[in-house]
Amino acid sequence: MNNLKKKLLITDVTLRDGNHAISHQISQKQIAIYCEAANSAGVAIVEVGHGNGLGASSLQVGESAVTDKVMLTTARKYLEKSKLGIHVIPGFSTIERDLKPAIDYGVDVFRIASHCTEADITERHIRFCKTQGKTVFGVLMMSHMANKVILADEARKMQDYGAEAIILMDSSGNYLPKDVEEKVSFLKKHLRVSIGFHAHNNLGMGIANSIAAIQAGASLLDGSAKGFGAGAGNAQLEVLVSVLERLGYHTNIDLYKMLDASDIAESALIKSLPVISTTSIVSGLSGVFSGYLKPVKRIAEEYNIDPRDLFFALGEQKVVAGQEDIIIKVAKKLSNS
Amino acid sequence: MSQNKYQVAILGSGNIGTDLLIKVQRSNELECVAFVGRNLNSQGMSTALKLGVTISDQSINYFLDHSDCIDLVFDATSAKDHKIHAPIFKRLGIKCIDLTPAKIGPMCVPSVNSLDCLKEININMISCGGQASIPIAAAIASIHKDIEYIEVVSSIASKSAGPATRLNLDEYIQTTEDGLKHFSKAKKTKAILILNPAIPCINMTTTILCKVKNPNISALKKEVAKISSKVQSYVPGYELILGPLLENERIIIMFKVRGLGDYLPKYAGNLDIINCAAIAMSEEYAKVNER
Repeated sequence: MNNLKKKLLITDVTLRDGNHAISHQISQKQIAIYCEAANSAGVAIVEVGHGNGLGASSLQVGESAVTDKVMLTTARKYLEKSKLGIHVIPGFSTIERDLKPAIDYGVDVFRIASHCTEADITERHIRFCKTQGKTVFGVLMMSHMANKVILADEARKMQDYGAEAIILMDSSGNYLPKDVEEKVSFLKKHLRVSIGFHAHNNLGMGIANSIAAIQAGASLLDGSAKGFGAGAGNAQLEVLVSVLERLGYHTNIDLYKMLDASDIAESALIKSLPVISTTSIVSGLSGVFSGYLKPVKRIAEEYNIDPRDLFFALGEQKVVAGQEDIIIKVAKKLSNS
Repeated sequence: MSQNKYQVAILGSGNIGTDLLIKVQRSNELECVAFVGRNLNSQGMSTALKLGVTISDQSINYFLDHSDCIDLVFDATSAKDHKIHAPIFKRLGIKCIDLTPAKIGPMCVPSVNSLDCLKEININMISCGGQASIPIAAAIASIHKDIEYIEVVSSIASKSAGPATRLNLDEYIQTTEDGLKHFSKAKKTKAILILNPAIPCINMTTTILCKVKNPNISALKKEVAKISSKVQSYVPGYELILGPLLENERIIIMFKVRGLGDYLPKYAGNLDIINCAAIAMSEEYAKVNER
């Protein structure tokens, strides 16, 4: 295989997915410090925001320490080479309340997301961003919950609305490399647009799955500094960049400066480095959204139950992203049984 | 045909309109005199035909010639269409219950403001999440004077969300937030909608999350019990499943809404609740009319 000239587009999700790991408490100063570092490393896209994206600060998922406006305008100031990206889930964020201001703040890349079987709720948001001349990607979250044929159908809808790339998120960290290979290559075959992959590391597969995606034809990858992200974290970006370099892919990222950025992230914003905790392993196995880790741990303690039992029970209920309220209901039932 | 029943018509022959029809047929107060849409070949039309109800594909024009025998119309079309329909119904002297998010008339939640609404000629039923959450928001407001923030999260089965719902998520959110604000006087409100594709389909759940300065949970429990039994009188599948409780500095109250399974499946509580609310209001209008 000739990888030598292949270019990859890297999105750094440290300041968005990492927000899950600190209950959405990222500060303005931390955003400024890390954006400066990522920008100087030459990361293509830096994603910033609440863990569930634009307009998602809520009692349901967790309130942000700073507003979307502060997060985005701060990031904008420190990103020159790098583009500013955001995650957007219709149902949380609306065009009037959230997207229009985000465009005014200077966001370049809009990643419009839905649960992997619900792509049609992204139509108006994707079309709106397109008419504003912005770069728009479609994101299928929790993609382990649908087979490759359904994923291709949903991805095709996003492509038809105008998405320039489709990103499969392994939001639960549930995939093994063969799953990634199967789904990405199928999408590659059936879509015109580029394919991307967003890993979580619950089963220790963050890097391996990302590489499997590239080898199956993906050309966009997500990662975060030190793996700072929901649950067990994401593909560790500085490792990913190094591995890609050895494999002969071009990311346009300066490795030394990326390593520096990752150390800066560790000292400036990471309270505790992501590890594959025993609870995270169960979270990955049960196929529950990685962002549930913090509330599951808290609520399991409040109700005096085993968080592993809680994760498996939530997995059986097939909860999707954004259903944090169900955790208490399920915990209460478990504590009574 | 009974002469003393209140004469209603349904405009819009989709799922909502057809489910309303079945509910009207069961009512002791109401009689459906016309089921009106644009396409005689739709499933709704054939259901109406089987029930022996007069059908028409003349849409709003039907009402121009038949206003004499119609007391009230349910508009189950779209916000865009209702904006055109509303002045016509007004001119024809037909009362209107608007099931779209057009918000021409005042917002109506039967358990909260039915008496005020009976004076109106056009009332708006807000949204499914609004019907499920506003009674509770009002209960919270009756005990807590300064509500900082109320948030409502509704999770519904993917199969219960048709193309119109999916295209209009933003309008759903805006309308529900406006309704919450109006009835609770909270400083800030937020609505979130989640679609869950699990099979078997999930029942609609609606969770009210709230921040107040001095939460009084025991008083709230009584108030919530009172208002939810009021809602249950017209939405039998409305059931408190969690709370009110305090968790992580939030008040949490969760409801399950199971539908009656008339035309729409039982899990589609989201569609049932707004129809049940509309029927409850039309029956109130009918009673006033008798007097």
